Amino acid sequence: MLRAGMDLTLGELHLDVDLEVADGEVAALIGPNGAGKTTALRAIAGLHPLDGGRIEVDGEVLDDPAAGVFVAPARRPVGFVFQDYLLFPRLSALDNVAFGLRCRGWGRAAARSEAGRWLARLGLADQAGKRPRALSGGQAQRVALARALITDPRLLLLDEPLAALDAARRPQVRSELRRHLATFDGGRLLVTHDPVDALVLADRLLVLEGGRITQVGSPAAVAARPASPYVAELIGVNLLQGRASGERTVRLASGAELVVADPLPGPDVALALRPQAVALHRHRPEGSPRNCWWATVEDLEARRDRVRVSLAGPVTLVAEVTPAAVAELGLVAGARVWASVKAVDLSAYPV
Amino acid sequence: MTGRRRPSRGGERREPWLLLGLAGLALAYVAVPLLALLQRAPWRDLGALVRRPVVIDALALSLTTALAATAACLLVGVPLAWVLARSRLPGRSLARALVTLPMVLPPVVGGAALLLAFGRRGLLGGPVYEATGLLLPFSAWGVVAANAFVALPFLVLTVEAGLRAGDQRLEEAAATLGASRWTVFRRITLAQAAPSILAGGVLCWARALGEFGATVTFAGNLQGRTQTMPLAVFLAMESDREAAIALSLVLIAVSLAVLVPLRDRWLPG
Repeated sequence: MLRAGMDLTLGELHLDVDLEVADGEVAALIGPNGAGKTTALRAIAGLHPLDGGRIEVDGEVLDDPAAGVFVAPARRPVGFVFQDYLLFPRLSALDNVAFGLRCRGWGRAAARSEAGRWLARLGLADQAGKRPRALSGGQAQRVALARALITDPRLLLLDEPLAALDAARRPQVRSELRRHLATFDGGRLLVTHDPVDALVLADRLLVLEGGRITQVGSPAAVAARPASPYVAELIGVNLLQGRASGERTVRLASGAELVVADPLPGPDVALALRPQAVALHRHRPEGSPRNCWWATVEDLEARRDRVRVSLAGPVTLVAEVTPAAVAELGLVAGARVWASVKAVDLSAYPV
Repeated sequence: MTGRRRPSRGGERREPWLLLGLAGLALAYVAVPLLALLQRAPWRDLGALVRRPVVIDALALSLTTALAATAACLLVGVPLAWVLARSRLPGRSLARALVTLPMVLPPVVGGAALLLAFGRRGLLGGPVYEATGLLLPFSAWGVVAANAFVALPFLVLTVEAGLRAGDQRLEEAAATLGASRWTVFRRITLAQAAPSILAGGVLCWARALGEFGATVTFAGNLQGRTQTMPLAVFLAMESDREAAIALSLVLIAVSLAVLVPLRDRWLPG
């Protein structure tokens, strides 16, 4: 259990953040560049001392300037997976993973054999002798994960764990990471600027803007009710969970089925859909859209030149339309409309 | 790769003539004196000349003192480079200027200063002599001291640049894994700086091997005790020019044998 009240100034940035991460929980700090996400992680790891506030993990105080307490990074029960992974280039994958145990006084042979077990657990047994340079991005990430977890931390921090990967490899590595994160029972706090990473990996989002947390909630709650224009634009995507019921068909919990354009990546998927891609109609539309249903307007919210329309029905989601469309369709709470989505606008991610 | 197979048209792949000409001039400026040396070398008597005690004594002394000076410079120079590159202590720019000074100072001045510091009546040498009877000047240790004085900046500046180029985030990664500051220095910082430490060590050794002014001033010119190769060459130029050339050839051969393989492997370029 992490409890952190952090107050620190670094150049232009003034970080003033209170956050908690429970054991077993995956929390994501999400926000624009320069919001202070990485600085917050570094403060928790002890790489930036606080100016004020207090950080504690499982009741142990790690940093409290007022009380004169500062525990060095090496002595914190915190694992850190860095952006770009920062594997030691001159050590093999095996010795990278064994490093933390060697620092704790383990003998070389014992540390290596334990590291070998961790590599095998992450499916990397045959990569043990390779130097980091010879590993793929996804393999390097797993080595970094094993290296951080082998010391048995009570909190795991991950800084942009997927940013170093090219777009084609991300979905698969993302779902592997999700699986491996699930095997760790401490708290997990990850930093990302990618809403899909946050939505797929995290149980709870902490939105950080300009050094302050502006919104906290489950991915669905944050996406449904974004508290700021940034969140609305970046995270305000609809996220639907479902199971594959055909090569290109997803069945949602409500029983509704949605058709996607490309073959599905796995049996359990998350579908991401931008609110602007949801079309609303007074009558059942004819022609191409195959995903079409009869929905009830729950709520309307004006946001700059757009109106966000919350819809209930077989598919719960948010549509974003122009004020003119609202007037034309006579949208009020309780009104009934047809909603449609093109298959190509649904992006499927393995879960 | 495909571009290379295409027949070359136009001149955009060709080096500019002006650069080539000036580069050739620089190379010739180094090569011509060496050729002159080779051309005047007494090839027939070379074997006998090189086996003279004066040559063997000087070569052995030069190699051991240059190596000892390099070892001493590594021991204290790497930590100094680390302090200059990493610490936030005040007075670092002054320290850097001080370290660089022996590079620009005439070595004879360095030797004189060493004498005033460590000589029989020197600032430190006096009390030490009074107490123990030990004397640094005019001994093989004096040669090492003179060598180390002039060669230290080459090591420190090279290693400092190497440390600055290293990725400090790797040190943070090691710290989060539980590494003490000493472990971080040993396993991450030194490992990353290894190529620059080797390069700096080689430069340091080469500078020590060729040292003349500080050595002759501080340690004198006693065959078998303080007469290094450069001193022997200088002395021989007055009396026995053929022996001087033979000594020079030996010095060149030893230097090339060390520098060529290392230059290709470790020095940039």
